[in-house]
Amino acid sequence: MVSYEKLKTARKNGRPTGAAYVKEIFELPLELHGDRRFGDDLAIMGGVGLIDKRPVTFIAMEKGTDLQSRMARNFGCPKPEGYRKALRLMQQAEKFHRPVICFVDTLGAYPGADAEERGQGQAIAENIMEMMGLRTPVVSVVIGEGGSGGALALASANKVFILENAVYSVISPEGCASILWKESSQENVAKAADCLHITADDMQAFGVAEDVIPENFENFPVMCRAMKAQLSAALDELCGLSEEELLAQRYRRFRKFGNFEEKNRRS
Amino acid sequence: MGLFNDMLQKVSGSAKITCKKCGHEDTEYNLVKNFYICPNCGFYYRLGARDRIRLTVDKKSFHELCTGLTSKNFLEFPGYQEKLDKARSTTKEEEAVVCGTAEIDGNACAVFVMDSKFMMASMGSVVGEKITRLFEYATENELPVIGFTASGGARMQEGIISLMQMAKVSGAVKNHSNAGLLYVTVLTDPTTGGVTASFAMQGDVILAEPRALVGFAGRRVVEQTTKSQLPDNFQSAEFLLEHGFVDAIVQRSELRDTLSELLTIHKRSV
Repeated sequence: MVSYEKLKTARKNGRPTGAAYVKEIFELPLELHGDRRFGDDLAIMGGVGLIDKRPVTFIAMEKGTDLQSRMARNFGCPKPEGYRKALRLMQQAEKFHRPVICFVDTLGAYPGADAEERGQGQAIAENIMEMMGLRTPVVSVVIGEGGSGGALALASANKVFILENAVYSVISPEGCASILWKESSQENVAKAADCLHITADDMQAFGVAEDVIPENFENFPVMCRAMKAQLSAALDELCGLSEEELLAQRYRRFRKFGNFEEKNRRS
Repeated sequence: MGLFNDMLQKVSGSAKITCKKCGHEDTEYNLVKNFYICPNCGFYYRLGARDRIRLTVDKKSFHELCTGLTSKNFLEFPGYQEKLDKARSTTKEEEAVVCGTAEIDGNACAVFVMDSKFMMASMGSVVGEKITRLFEYATENELPVIGFTASGGARMQEGIISLMQMAKVSGAVKNHSNAGLLYVTVLTDPTTGGVTASFAMQGDVILAEPRALVGFAGRRVVEQTTKSQLPDNFQSAEFLLEHGFVDAIVQRSELRDTLSELLTIHKRSV
């Protein structure tokens, strides 16, 4: 049941969303809109700012905070134009040699007919591939829900942090339960959440996250100061690498994932 | 056609197969000669990996790579071991993808073929590892890659580790691409979920078989989300072509020639 409690906490209304972190962590954040191809998806916001005087690009999924803003932001479920905006801003960051910081919080990429028409799969695929080759540091923080490919499209990073009650999963526990047991009753969803291993501690154990960040929403500015220090330290380390080392580090980071048996391994 | 000789030899003349679309009954012999397309209604049978390889590459040119890797139920996910055992015994394959090198009309290439008969070719650690190794091999040996995709998506029984395969393979595809090498994907029925959202859509050239189902989200989920009737051709290869996400739809009988032409055009001058 631990996983299920975490899932509920990660989704809880009132939990700080992407924009709150942007406002608290970056000095002079300036939002930049649009993908230059189709539109501006408010489920993903992005822009430029400073972190300890260092210029950075920030990209944050934003679920909204009341009914009106949640609807405007499509409940944080990005469409292809959201991913394409994110990629545009990442490539801009690469051009100007500034690091990228992403905040991940989505149930998943939007599964609507319009998103499929405009190539949801292609948009995510392109983001992941281009992020794997991006010649500037990328750090991602899972602040709430890390929902499948829609989350990975902002998390193919050099380092990934996760908040203590955030979750990260290949499929929503509801989706998993309905496929496996044909019914997403609360009991089945809880069971699926356990089977999938979605908690922050699980992520750290798997190496999917480098570190778990403690939550302190009662004193959000204090929590964000600590997070800022951690992000700044990560950027110090990554900015000290050459471009080649940076790419090699990111490749190795993902290359290691896999758990299988192997016979007659040749060197 | 010489291409079929190997396949025809193993086919018994009298075995009958019923088309699941129109109910037309035919001998396996006739079906093989017709590229596993129903002669009555044009339905494309799904091909196992070995049959696809036989239909596509030059005779005796295929050399399998990345063998000996098998999945394990490291999360102790309920029912996973049984599903793996069943898939292994029905397909006689180790996993849901077969990788190797081959020639097509004498053009050397690396090939991977996903097999939807193995747990709907969902991508777990082994599928991700084999395809990654193939791209690394192809980069090192300066070979183009031809990939036949089919998949239900990431393999949820391996939890987050299956999601990580998307980034792992994508990194290898990116390095291969940066080396100036060609990657052609052939989308076959069905290509969905995390495979669509990674290497299926990362080809320099993206081909599809007629009427193949290709999409990110499942149709039922999209229907529930959109709360409206979806067009009949929704998420079909034709739908993707219309919206600009596929370079060409190629009949199965033309596929070998199309791949051969693409390989020839991208051949590097030595």
